[in-house]
Amino acid sequence: MELPSSAQLLQFALCAYAFGAVASLLALRHERAANAFGFGATTLASLCGVGAGLLGLAGGPAKAGASFELWPSLVPYLRLTVTLDALGSYFVLIVSLLALALSFYSFGYARGFYGRKNVGVLAAFYNALLLATTLVFTASNAFFFLIAWEVMALTAYCLVSFEHEKTEARNAGVLYFVMSHIGSGCLILGFLLLFQAAGSVTSDGYGFQTFHALGDRMSPGRRDAAFLLFLFGFGTKAGIVPLHIWLPEAHPVAPSNVSALLSGVLIKAGIYGLTRVLFDFLGTPPNWWGVTVLTVGTVSAVLGVLYALMQHDLKRLLAYHSIENIGIILMGLGAALMFLHTNHPVLASLALIAGLYHTINHAIFKALLFMGAGAVLHSTHTRDMEQMGGLIKRMPKTAVCFLIGAVAISALPPLNGFVSEWLTYQALLQGFGTTGSLVRLMFPLGGAMLALTGALAAACFVKAFGITFLAQPRSEQAAQAHEAAPTMVLGMGLLAAACVFLGLFPTAFLTLFDPITRQLTGQPLPAFLSRAGGLVLGNTQELGGTVSTLGMLLLGICLLPIPLVLWLFFGRGTRTWIGPTWDCGLRGLTPAMEYTATGFSKPIRMIFKALFRPRREVQREYDYSPYFAKTLRFESHIEEAFVTRIYRPLNRAILRLSRRMRALQAGSIQAYLIYIFITLLLLLIFAL
Amino acid sequence: MTVVSIILQLLLLLALSPLVSGCIRNWKAKLQNRRGPRVWQPYLDLAKFLSKDMVISEHASWVFRAMPYVLFISTLLAGLMMPLVSAAAPVSLFGGALAFVGLLALGRFFLALGGLDPASAFGGMGSSREMTIAAIAEPALMLAIFTVAITAGSTNLTQMLVAAQGPTWKLLNPAHVLAFAALFIVLLAETGRIPVDNPATHLELTMIHEAMILEYSGRYLALIEWSAAIKQLVLMALLVNIFFPIGIATAMTPSALGLSLLWFVAKLLAVAGAVVLVETTNAKLRLFRVPDLLSAAFILATLALLSTFLFQ
Repeated sequence: MELPSSAQLLQFALCAYAFGAVASLLALRHERAANAFGFGATTLASLCGVGAGLLGLAGGPAKAGASFELWPSLVPYLRLTVTLDALGSYFVLIVSLLALALSFYSFGYARGFYGRKNVGVLAAFYNALLLATTLVFTASNAFFFLIAWEVMALTAYCLVSFEHEKTEARNAGVLYFVMSHIGSGCLILGFLLLFQAAGSVTSDGYGFQTFHALGDRMSPGRRDAAFLLFLFGFGTKAGIVPLHIWLPEAHPVAPSNVSALLSGVLIKAGIYGLTRVLFDFLGTPPNWWGVTVLTVGTVSAVLGVLYALMQHDLKRLLAYHSIENIGIILMGLGAALMFLHTNHPVLASLALIAGLYHTINHAIFKALLFMGAGAVLHSTHTRDMEQMGGLIKRMPKTAVCFLIGAVAISALPPLNGFVSEWLTYQALLQGFGTTGSLVRLMFPLGGAMLALTGALAAACFVKAFGITFLAQPRSEQAAQAHEAAPTMVLGMGLLAAACVFLGLFPTAFLTLFDPITRQLTGQPLPAFLSRAGGLVLGNTQELGGTVSTLGMLLLGICLLPIPLVLWLFFGRGTRTWIGPTWDCGLRGLTPAMEYTATGFSKPIRMIFKALFRPRREVQREYDYSPYFAKTLRFESHIEEAFVTRIYRPLNRAILRLSRRMRALQAGSIQAYLIYIFITLLLLLIFAL
Repeated sequence: MTVVSIILQLLLLLALSPLVSGCIRNWKAKLQNRRGPRVWQPYLDLAKFLSKDMVISEHASWVFRAMPYVLFISTLLAGLMMPLVSAAAPVSLFGGALAFVGLLALGRFFLALGGLDPASAFGGMGSSREMTIAAIAEPALMLAIFTVAITAGSTNLTQMLVAAQGPTWKLLNPAHVLAFAALFIVLLAETGRIPVDNPATHLELTMIHEAMILEYSGRYLALIEWSAAIKQLVLMALLVNIFFPIGIATAMTPSALGLSLLWFVAKLLAVAGAVVLVETTNAKLRLFRVPDLLSAAFILATLALLSTFLFQ
């Protein structure tokens, strides 16, 4: 039997997503059926998507670029052509892998909405979002890409404001909508510049093939303008600082399966777009592009994790970490651009691989963590970490999955986050030798900031895991928590296994990058990347650094007998007692005496107080002495510098301007006719 | 061959690390006109802890029980990546400087979780402070390592050592002097020494490391204390072997290794002496003054990097 080709699998996946969307809308009144049909279709579709992605990458250059028309064109100039090239396949693989795990998870999670919200609508938009995202990664011309991009943004908006009875969700939805469209506007302008440079008006004139290396034929000014427009447009979607303000608002309020998708895949659409445009379209980059992207990445990484540390809303904390990880990905991409400028294509491949490897890693562990947070939310009905605690005893499986995600995102060996950050470090360190100018200091300093980011992320996830899952429950809901449904655990387990696999077997996975580097930097996979039969991961030099996570793990298991032998030798006959925790002689510890999430991050808040500008209010009521207060009220706030310093003044200025403009709209039809006439005249003069 | 060298290095790590702690404690007492504990007291302590019963908090979960093992094994693995007596570290192919830092961070991650698990405020306080100090020490540590790695052209610790033994290496290269100073400050912070943390204190509000492990007893405590000693040893080894690569054996003959071992112990004791001097002549810093010290380390490392740029 012949295996289906990647194009056939993709076709089937797209059809199944569309079927899922329609079927769950048809079954609107039967929530069980909607759940089964909607997420069942997603399961099938995503399985095919994983197959399509893998085949598209493993098929080699001969099979790459499988292309077909999705729908016969009805409008001239608009052709709905879908192409599965190497880069697209990789992102299709990411989205499908997450969709697979999330569809299992959603079976259980959507049950929480029975009788409260319409599951059919959720499943329909969910499938539509996945359909649009897959199309974004495979669209092969600018028109189709922008249409898919817009559908993706709109379905995501609908999902963000799914729980629209909450003011918080409505506000977040609107903010997301506005920011997303500012970004889209930039993209349209950027593509217009490319279109103009391509200089043809045939129906293929806006295809992605004609844009290939187009930047070398553009004038430098236009090329730089296009770079900035795309960075702004795709950066808004990716959530880079300072365009990130919508992300921590929108991601937490969506249902958790959607949050996982938004943080795992949707922001990666921005990364996909940037990679596509910067490495495929805009030609050999000038130096300042790489410097800009690297700087933006570094700033996003550090600020993202610092703001994340200040959160005690579990999902909001995770959303801020997405900003951090997008920053880390951009550090890889920025370094790759700088290497392309100095004509070091092998190093550029290494940096690009580092960035793209972190893309899939972040997708997986962030979705895993959001699923864990969703399971906790499902069972305790709160997102506030200060209300949690002790969940490891009530939700042991969720706790294990969350812990794996936490170790992975903190870039600790032997899991996947460590591997991709290791590759990023290697790329940055070797970058020092690529140029003689002062710019090369950026590489090690960027590496140092990456180290800061990693260590702060570890601190943040000690807090997130420790406060949520360990110690005593801090509230009644947490004490009553129950384990997540089996399908939810299955979804989380799948991604936890993926974290372990991508951590332990990086060399096996990296072979998939060969067609991508051939496509984007013209290089095969760097030699020395895989050594000792794939056990050891290296960098591009023979004597360069090496690492083997699998080796570490195996050696660690071999070392395990040492403490056990010591126990046998010295500790025979010793007993283990279970006793109360030391309570300084008080009558037992209460949950109120535990360390809180806010308390945990207090040292960081104090150290970086120039950034956070913490403000606190304490109100005491007492009879005799302030030390014996009857009631105590404590409030602590930090300032979100970007919102208060940039966006609020901007918002006010726009409103002021709009009020001025109102004078023009007097409501008299004669005035409007005059406006139209004047505009027409001006246009005619301009055309002459 | 590799297996033999792994076993030898493991024995060296396990046997030598309590001695360094013992020397520091003993010499510190001597400098303060006390008699102090004997040099081998840490060995006796470990034996005592190992043969005692354990009390485990009723609130603790499996994370609390798994922590000592994770910490111990990850620290030992980090130690195996560090060239101690022979220029070739036993498992240098499995990871270099970055994996070394990563493994220590893994141990710390679980140590901090173990502090939070028993639901005591002390543990949480210790964990919070430990993670904070580690976070601000990490960039200085990495930048100092990068400076050396860039000169050596590799992050592999064995390669870094080989480069350090090479003819182009100058001991008084300003980059290395500055990086050494930065790493020394990081060493004080990472091993919980005065002026960052006081290893001798059990005063509840000032302790960091001791606060995290307050609920541990018996063989778990032994594993944690031993890991702390090993971590101190390997960080000191990083300092002395990379910056003073004198006398390290390149051949694997018993005589060369023996001579190298003598050199290694002598260099370790010299660094231990420096730590003792710092501990005796300084007072512990307030917690919120520690970042100033560590940012000084970061600036030193940045200057080291700048001078690499200027003088090469």
